[in-house]
Amino acid sequence: MPAAVDPQVDQEVDELGKTDKPWQTVVWNDPVNLMSYVTYVFQKLFGYSREKATKLMLDVHHKGKAVVSSGSKDKVESDVKKLHAAGLWATMQKPS
Amino acid sequence: MKPWKRRGARVIAGFDQQEAAVLRGLVRQVEDMLRARADSAPKDELSELTGIRTGPSSAPDDPVLKRLLPDFYRLDEQAGPQERAEMAALRSLHEPELVDAKIGVAGVVLETLSPQGGEVRLSLEQADAWLSAINDVRLALGTALDVQEDMPDELPEDDPRAPHLAVYHWLTYMQESLVQAMAA
Repeated sequence: MPAAVDPQVDQEVDELGKTDKPWQTVVWNDPVNLMSYVTYVFQKLFGYSREKATKLMLDVHHKGKAVVSSGSKDKVESDVKKLHAAGLWATMQKPS
Repeated sequence: MKPWKRRGARVIAGFDQQEAAVLRGLVRQVEDMLRARADSAPKDELSELTGIRTGPSSAPDDPVLKRLLPDFYRLDEQAGPQERAEMAALRSLHEPELVDAKIGVAGVVLETLSPQGGEVRLSLEQADAWLSAINDVRLALGTALDVQEDMPDELPEDDPRAPHLAVYHWLTYMQESLVQAMAA
């Protein structure tokens, strides 16, 4: 039976990860998604206030994209997946 | 149809038979496309043993499916092999659940909207499923019609897309009304 993974190894990785810049969730403008729906999705998925959600939606609309969340790779991956389920065009990136 | 109305923890709307037939037909088409995509995924004994499913590693060729199931990275021409491999792995890992989620919300519409039409009463959870499902149908139709942001309300009569654009606008109206009812 293989030995259990030493939890300290994970901790080290975490601590190293903290010094890195976080991953970012980017939502891109597209001609189909409604402004009201995009705002609603940001509020519902991320718990943002209507003001914050509206500002992000307007950034997507006017600037073509917006960073809507950031954090660990796992968190951002999960956010992108939820946005895809809602039909938004989202990708993840790591600022270089 | 009249706009959606919020009544406490319910949202309510009425559909006539033709509206119900159009919406159910479109939802079913999207569902069929997603099922076909899922069936095209590689099957292996290891996945059946572990229950960890792996989806296709490359984006669909079909533009509609491609829009419904986007890539996790947006890579440029200079992207290296490692980034491309990571992107392929993310798709393989997540696509099966994403397809399930989309088939699930399509199912909620088909269960709650009678083929004869009539009143639809939704819990807030069901209404969220409707929002996602209607959005998927609009993405599919919008991609197929090559909808742009400055799309006119009507196309010239001789444009073969004209009758379909009317359906698209109807879906837009219905979704907008449902968002307003939910946000109220």
